[in-house]
Amino acid sequence: MTNSPFTPGIVPARLDGRVLQENFADLHAPLDAHEALVAADRCYFCHDAPCITACPTTIDIPLFIRQIATGTPEAAAKTIFDQNILGGMCARVCPTETLCEQACVREAAEGKPVDIGRLQRYATDRVMAAGVHPFSRAPQTGKRVAVVGAGPAGLACAHRLAMKGHEIDLFDARPKGGGLNEYGIATYKATDGFAGAELDWLMQIGGITLHTGRALGRDLSLDGLCADYDAVFLGMGLGGVNALRTAGEDRAGVLDAVDFIADLRQADDLARLPVGRNVVVIGGGMTAIDAAVQSKLLGAESVTVLYRRDRAAMPASRYEQDLAASKGVRFVFNAMPIAILGNGAVTGVTVEYTRAEGKSLIGTGETFDIPADQILKAIGQTLATTPEELNITGGKIAVTGPGRTSRKGVWAGGDCASGGEDLTVTAVAEGRDAAEDMHDRLMG
Amino acid sequence: MADLSSDFLGIKSPNPFWLASAPPTDKAYNVVRAFEAGWGGVVWKTLGEAGPPIVNVNGPRYGAIWGADRRLLGLNNIELITDRPLEVNLREIKQVKRDWPDRAMIVSLMVPCEEQAWKAILPLVEETGADGIELNFGCPHGMSERGMGAAVGQVPEYIEMVARWCKQNTRMPVIVKLTPNITDIRYPARAAKKGGADAVSLINTISSIIGVDLDDFSPQPSIDGKGSHGGYCGPAVKPIALNMVAEIARDAETRGMPISGIGGVTTWRDAAEFLALGAGNVQVCTAAMTYGFKIVQEMISGLSQYLDHHDMALSDLIGRAVPNVTDWQYLNLNYVTKARIDQDACIKCGRCYAACEDTSHQAISMSPERVFEVMDDECVACNLCVNVCPVDNCITMERMPAGAVDLRTGAVVTDVPADWTTHPNNPAARTAAE
Repeated sequence: MTNSPFTPGIVPARLDGRVLQENFADLHAPLDAHEALVAADRCYFCHDAPCITACPTTIDIPLFIRQIATGTPEAAAKTIFDQNILGGMCARVCPTETLCEQACVREAAEGKPVDIGRLQRYATDRVMAAGVHPFSRAPQTGKRVAVVGAGPAGLACAHRLAMKGHEIDLFDARPKGGGLNEYGIATYKATDGFAGAELDWLMQIGGITLHTGRALGRDLSLDGLCADYDAVFLGMGLGGVNALRTAGEDRAGVLDAVDFIADLRQADDLARLPVGRNVVVIGGGMTAIDAAVQSKLLGAESVTVLYRRDRAAMPASRYEQDLAASKGVRFVFNAMPIAILGNGAVTGVTVEYTRAEGKSLIGTGETFDIPADQILKAIGQTLATTPEELNITGGKIAVTGPGRTSRKGVWAGGDCASGGEDLTVTAVAEGRDAAEDMHDRLMG
Repeated sequence: MADLSSDFLGIKSPNPFWLASAPPTDKAYNVVRAFEAGWGGVVWKTLGEAGPPIVNVNGPRYGAIWGADRRLLGLNNIELITDRPLEVNLREIKQVKRDWPDRAMIVSLMVPCEEQAWKAILPLVEETGADGIELNFGCPHGMSERGMGAAVGQVPEYIEMVARWCKQNTRMPVIVKLTPNITDIRYPARAAKKGGADAVSLINTISSIIGVDLDDFSPQPSIDGKGSHGGYCGPAVKPIALNMVAEIARDAETRGMPISGIGGVTTWRDAAEFLALGAGNVQVCTAAMTYGFKIVQEMISGLSQYLDHHDMALSDLIGRAVPNVTDWQYLNLNYVTKARIDQDACIKCGRCYAACEDTSHQAISMSPERVFEVMDDECVACNLCVNVCPVDNCITMERMPAGAVDLRTGAVVTDVPADWTTHPNNPAARTAAE
């Protein structure tokens, strides 16, 4: 350890290597076999269970929990994977507190829902650790499909299509597949290279060829794909980021939170990752929380999240806010940056309080400065390139029904497509449902 | 604190909680610890005749079934009677009784079905100063293959014969411990009474196979790949025991005969139920084997609080529910209830709906908002919804007042009781009327 949390500037090794390792270990330890049985026993096996309805992929949660309770976690995993082939990652990253576990009747009854997320992880981990892939391909159809983006939507789509006997070329702009699972999720939610392991496990279905370093608009054109393939699925996510449009945004030390997180995820040695002494994160979504918490865990002395609206409006759940607070992250609500201070490098940010007036926010005129040597922008992402000939709505590819775009033979899902929350689990559902629709079209 | 002191056949104990004849009462070390913990008495683990000691298996003796969080619900065992030398047991019994004169000391006995064998052992027991004997006619495994235990308890004539031998050969009170592995518990109880026994105790363990290993297909507990039926006990057997106790308590021939209630007593509440159904005291084993001797302290405090709360003496509780145990034919068919769901308490799990819709009377409706309501025109008051609801008191059975119309039958509810014996659909009733 060469530096400390009090070292000025953006420097690495603010904490001892062992402390860093502990800080970035599994956020929630996996359940052991007995814990899983106890947790599973709490499930009431509800009729037409609210948790199923609350799950974007409609996993039969009471059934898989009963399968765990009766000593067949492998069958439980199959129940999960039938609906959600990325059930392992979703078990780790889903905001269960706003989905299945919020709907759990035991949440209503005693404020303590069944531990659905961790039970799902228990079941899926068992199968993945055994290296078993419980699906096989239907006879080959001779149809070829291009899937652009190897993130949750693309992977779910590719797997379902491959299972139905189609041949898939899966393209991704990055050097590795996995999308946000690989580059975007907080480290402590997907430890030990889980995203890569899950990708490898998923590819065991066969019939999927992954081509990395191939971006739409740069190496691939939609026209070309449409000409070469029987169908195309677009699931490349949001490659661009919104600009802050604040004076001083170009100062050194201002960067996009998604890049900060991606560097973190790809780092071989956390002690070599630089982080500011005083970090300010601007934004209110999961990216903001993940960036803030991880800055703190890397050893930043102070981390402040600036959000322009109030707590209730914050897209990140209360659970995530509390997690961040427990790690020492400070929240400032109803506040927006109006100037990035500094001379070359960032030294601080001038903030103005806001109040809502109708639908718009206006500054109250009251301002204050927060010292900062690093500012992470997490104010939303945009389509990197707008594919030609596709209708766009709200900055995303317009889709109807199961991911149909305005162009025949082209489907889209995940963050790049309109509708749905930008969650891993939603992307999986959209990729899967598009695949079913594509299959019907291809075979119809 | 209510006075829990107990008098059973003239045998005094500071409370009605005795440890049953079983591993916990096999030696002085355990029994002394039990008395220190507060147990009112013990039935010393069954002694056999003098001679080479009993041999037990050297593999597992017990098997279990579990509920949530591995809570033990049922235990079975293939252990035999004491495997310690007779003289050692007798010496220890004498010493412990001398050291703990206020506690009940009963000695369980099992010797071959020959009068000489009983004549030989009874004076030896009497010499220890023990308060009474319990005849083990119950153990369903091992000893029964040798003509003892349940092999005797399943033949009323043998029970009567051995009980008589004992009464003729000792001044000690004689308790006959009954096996539940028969079709009608009243016959062995009547036989015990005919033989002059002072009391019966029940139930002994139920013949059982606790499980099968699905990999090596050995019944459990597995002894080198094979298993033998054992004796089942613990919380799971309590309802069976309660019924058998009540049957004896209300039988015309055995009514009034003291009963020591045994079978799954785990808490003060279980004990109180046995007492209410006619037991004069209770014996406990599995709960002590699961949690240790300290549980008696909860039993003492719980029963005391209950008696104080209801302003009852212990003697008031004994047999209090017996007059309410009756035959089906005498149940009031004009008692009409309907299920009522407390919407504020409901957590919307829908289990009542699934149970009623799939397996019962389609009497609960479910709205798109997951509001569950009872349809009075379909509800037969079966109580299944109450039983499957995970929330205490969320669903209850409400009696319909006289004058109200039962929407299911269209009949006006009356407060005049009527039962099957007078029902028009009963052929026997019609014949009687003609």
